[in-house]
Amino acid sequence: MSPAFSVRRVAAMVLRYLYLLRGSWPRILEQAYWPTVQMIMWGFITQFFVTNSSWVAHAAGVLLSAVLLWDVLFRAQLGVSVVFMEEMFARNLGHLFASPLRPQELVASLLVISLFRTLLGVGTAALLAIPLYRYSIFDLGLPLLGFFTNLLVFGWAIGFLICGLLLRYGLGAESLAWVAIFAIAPISGIYYPISTLPHWLQSVAWAIPSSYVFEGMRAVLFEHRFDRELFLNAVVLNSVYLAVGIIVFFWVFRIARVRGLLLQVGE
Amino acid sequence: MTDIVIDVNRLSKAYGSVLAVDEVSFRVQRGAVCGLLGTNGAGKTTTIAMLLGLIVPTSGQITVFGEDILRDRYRVLGRMNFSSPYVDLPQRLTVEENLTVYARLYGVRNVDKRLRQLGVDLEVASFIKRPFRTLSAGQKTRVGLAKALINEPELLLLDEPTASLDPDTADRVRSFLSSYQASSGTTLLLASHNMTEVERICTDVMIMRAGRIVDQGTPQGLIARYGRGTMEEVFLDVMRETNDRETDRRRAALS
Repeated sequence: MSPAFSVRRVAAMVLRYLYLLRGSWPRILEQAYWPTVQMIMWGFITQFFVTNSSWVAHAAGVLLSAVLLWDVLFRAQLGVSVVFMEEMFARNLGHLFASPLRPQELVASLLVISLFRTLLGVGTAALLAIPLYRYSIFDLGLPLLGFFTNLLVFGWAIGFLICGLLLRYGLGAESLAWVAIFAIAPISGIYYPISTLPHWLQSVAWAIPSSYVFEGMRAVLFEHRFDRELFLNAVVLNSVYLAVGIIVFFWVFRIARVRGLLLQVGE
Repeated sequence: MTDIVIDVNRLSKAYGSVLAVDEVSFRVQRGAVCGLLGTNGAGKTTTIAMLLGLIVPTSGQITVFGEDILRDRYRVLGRMNFSSPYVDLPQRLTVEENLTVYARLYGVRNVDKRLRQLGVDLEVASFIKRPFRTLSAGQKTRVGLAKALINEPELLLLDEPTASLDPDTADRVRSFLSSYQASSGTTLLLASHNMTEVERICTDVMIMRAGRIVDQGTPQGLIARYGRGTMEEVFLDVMRETNDRETDRRRAALS
């Protein structure tokens, strides 16, 4: 009998996604393209604001750090939902789940490939920011690891919720994979403190982990301190969100088997 | 060790008010080549998908290699494999990449050796480096079969293996399946509406219509029982007979 979780099968699926990436240079370019374009644009905005805004002048890296960290969240979500969508485009789910591959192994492989794609995309932009704007996000030090991990996990959680929708409603829900994340952008406090939001919206903002991360980032940049409470709140919320995302995905997978959707998905 | 590889008991699948498979029961012996015949929409693909656990039945039991598929399918999936025109392989990956991924998923020990072997057996070696999307229908079918044989399955489920192939390629696929089955002893369940194919390679036949098995037997036995010369004529007889029966039943219900 095959084990309930096999690293070999996870590695096989990661290999499948690496083959896909390797076989297409536009796909590789696309990983770094948008984070780099965003970084360049916000780099110039920063240069402008440094001389026109005392807030930005106080911590010149605040906008560039924000845009790079936002891309961690965005890329992590895309790394899960868009890669899953590739299986649907390929009409390959029937073959995969007629093999000994288990849903939890597919989930694990999506997490691995999402991490890889995020590092490739955001890492390139972050490294390019050093010579272009003499700004290194790595100066955030150890807290950067906490911010990165929290945003990565939150991106995964949203990614699995979207995968569930894709599996249930087919590729008609494809556009959600690209735009759903932007619904949380205004309340994440990426470029401004959460206190800027109307009072009623602040309570909504504090229900999502990304708000704590971006507040935590500003605490490091402006006050030179790592706010442990913000970090822990983000970790707790992320644990809940990731669990919900994966449970929803498994639940929809069960529905897909009842409704025969694994054989029907495709373009 | 049991000689029954597949044991299906009162298997049904309903999609809302549509009954795709209706109380189907059958057994397949080890080493048999069993043909599942039927028109489009007869329930062949749904039956095969339920045998693989891809679709959850509405009711009934399925046992494969003595294991309950609904509860313990992972105990036996590594001993089975399938191909179907309704499921594709990733188009952008090369043939070699696709087969390598599936070899690893099935835990094949010496992947390179297995790929070389299949390359020769199914004549895919000459285009193994090409992306799957660039292949002809016949080449894709052979690659699909190579994927289905990657783990040297004891049970092979083939859904319309020669659909949309030209006569020459279809003939080569049938010849390969016959010789492979004879040499390996693999149990084969083959869904098809190609009567020539079924007559040529199957040891047993089940004829499905509207989700039910309406007749079964050996090809020669069915041909003799219906007093016909070919399986195609038998198939048409069975379809027309069940049509007539349904018409009579509807008339009786109306009167």
